[in-house]
Amino acid sequence: MTTRIDAKFAELKKQGRAAFVTFVMAGDPDPATSLEVVKALPKAGADIIELGMPFTDPMADGPSIQAAGLRALKVGMTLRKTLELVRDFREDDATTPIVLMGYYNPIYIYGVDTFLADARTAGVDGLIIVDLPPEEDTELCIPAMKAGLNFIRLATPTTDDKRLPAVLANTSGFVYYVAIAGITGAAAADSKVVGEAVARIKRHTKLPVCVGFGIRTPEQARAIAEHANGSVVGTALVDALKGSLDAEGRATTKTVPAVADLVAALAQGVRGAKQAAE
Amino acid sequence: MNKNLPNSFRTGPDERGHFGIFGGRYVAETLMPLILELEKAYADAKADPAFQAEMNGYLKAYVGRPSPLYFAERLTEHLGGAKIYLKREELNHTGSHKVNNVLGQIMVARRMGKKRIIAETGAGQHGVATATLCARFGLECVVYMGAVDVERQQPNVIRMEMLGAKVVPVQSGARTLKDAMNDALRDWVTNVHNTFYCIGTVAGPHPYPMMVRDFQSIIGHETREQMQEVEGRLPDSLIACIGGGSNAMGLFHPFLDDPSVEIFGVEAAGHGLTQLHAASIAGGRPGVLHGNRTYLLMDADGQIEEAHSISAGLDYPGIGPEHSWLHETGRVKYLSATDEEALAAFKLLSRLEGIIPALESAHAIAKLSELAPQRPKDHLMVVNLSGRGDKDVPQVGDILKGRKK
Repeated sequence: MTTRIDAKFAELKKQGRAAFVTFVMAGDPDPATSLEVVKALPKAGADIIELGMPFTDPMADGPSIQAAGLRALKVGMTLRKTLELVRDFREDDATTPIVLMGYYNPIYIYGVDTFLADARTAGVDGLIIVDLPPEEDTELCIPAMKAGLNFIRLATPTTDDKRLPAVLANTSGFVYYVAIAGITGAAAADSKVVGEAVARIKRHTKLPVCVGFGIRTPEQARAIAEHANGSVVGTALVDALKGSLDAEGRATTKTVPAVADLVAALAQGVRGAKQAAE
Repeated sequence: MNKNLPNSFRTGPDERGHFGIFGGRYVAETLMPLILELEKAYADAKADPAFQAEMNGYLKAYVGRPSPLYFAERLTEHLGGAKIYLKREELNHTGSHKVNNVLGQIMVARRMGKKRIIAETGAGQHGVATATLCARFGLECVVYMGAVDVERQQPNVIRMEMLGAKVVPVQSGARTLKDAMNDALRDWVTNVHNTFYCIGTVAGPHPYPMMVRDFQSIIGHETREQMQEVEGRLPDSLIACIGGGSNAMGLFHPFLDDPSVEIFGVEAAGHGLTQLHAASIAGGRPGVLHGNRTYLLMDADGQIEEAHSISAGLDYPGIGPEHSWLHETGRVKYLSATDEEALAAFKLLSRLEGIIPALESAHAIAKLSELAPQRPKDHLMVVNLSGRGDKDVPQVGDILKGRKK
């Protein structure tokens, strides 16, 4: 089965460039503005959208994304509303892949089978669940594959060659390489070191490898895109959104452009990358 | 109660860290390799007689074990029922049961060559125990503590700093134990190469719930022997307070396969179970947080709710996964005590026995006051007095002063 993610990478391969993957938090700073932000992403040059599912206790996230999740929860965002947001987005956009990213508990409470069915109906293409390593594949990864959703696994600097096959075994869509041991929004990794890590992963899989954590500027996004199949930017976009809010944390007329302008600049960076030989 | 009762309650967890449906390893990939390495290092240590011998040496000469099993004569008379024994964990070095586990984990960390130790703490008892053993073994120590708890448990903050630890006040979320654990996990994921995370309770990803239980089980093993010596038989009931549940698991585990022994855990009911509380079993349901599946306080969307207890050490919206399993199998009965009941018990034990208990342990004493009078005089009841109340004296003093006004 070819998913939107597979189709997107096939198209990018023809164009000879890497993907630009953007992360924003669903419902930040409110559901209506969040939908406008998400709609603006592909128009500004995003190839794939990662949409954060707000959670009270995001253990792998730094202060920016923690705060974004709490802003969304404060205005009543729920997993059900996140799926509604995807459904609304799909009315105008049938091709940009959407990957939901977050933590397992809200999905577990929603009910795994119901969630997978609802996510697929809404137009979700893949899942990145931070706290489900391969050791817990029976929980969601295997059911997601059966439901036709890509389960995108994180590989990290601590995932050695011995462990990589287990991490890659049930991964589909792409592999998300976490460039540093740390939380989101931390310092940038050296692109040369990242290049070596991507090459190492590619010895084990034919899947595209996208790289995230610590990428903030168009220059960094370009440098990473020269070594990988995609650059992921999250915290910088979340910070740009936060910077546009009023003193009470509400959206302003600047909110959507603040994110879209940065996405456009970053997309330029990624498109300027010299694509590494496959 | 449950048709699928296991042959033994003491063989868990399985090789994937599950107690029934509870437990597991729900952590970020960055941590998985280290968790597997820890599992192996702990298994090696457990099988190594030299490790056990060294640990026993420190338990005796440094911690001061065995802790006494003390017949609480005046409390027994006052309640007029069961014969009450206190397992005196508050007499351990650092003033609580926490040191039993920390000693074990620090020795495992040393075997693994880790030089930097991090810990989360609620009341500060685990933080103090960790700071103490890091001082003893010359290791760097960073303790994450919710900003609210830093405020209400000042004496322990000062102790940790005096012992050379760095105390980081956690400003995220509810600024209590749950958030301290989140920030400790964030530190660990960032410094995974040189850092050992010394978890203070029987929670977190496998192998922590098992490992912490094993190190705390000395409480129950000693109780068994001591009761045999003084009364010539097993106790009839056990009772202990539960936040994450390490002191309770340590007392309970060696008795789980003795059907004649009734076992009670006491959660913190805060302002009452229909209001703000910290009783995960009474008021929660199974979910996934901090590396394991267990009973949690949460809303309909699976968002974790803030717990409340007068006692910082019980102020946590979850419970160790093995407790969740013991609840579902019916082997252990889980009760709860409110802030008010704990305060009354705090005063009662101080006045009757000359022992000021930790507010955490006072929750167990509170339920004892209900259970003991309903039982005959030859019923032997053991309460785990998990910690001493010196750290709570300023807080309780303020509460009582406020009421006089």
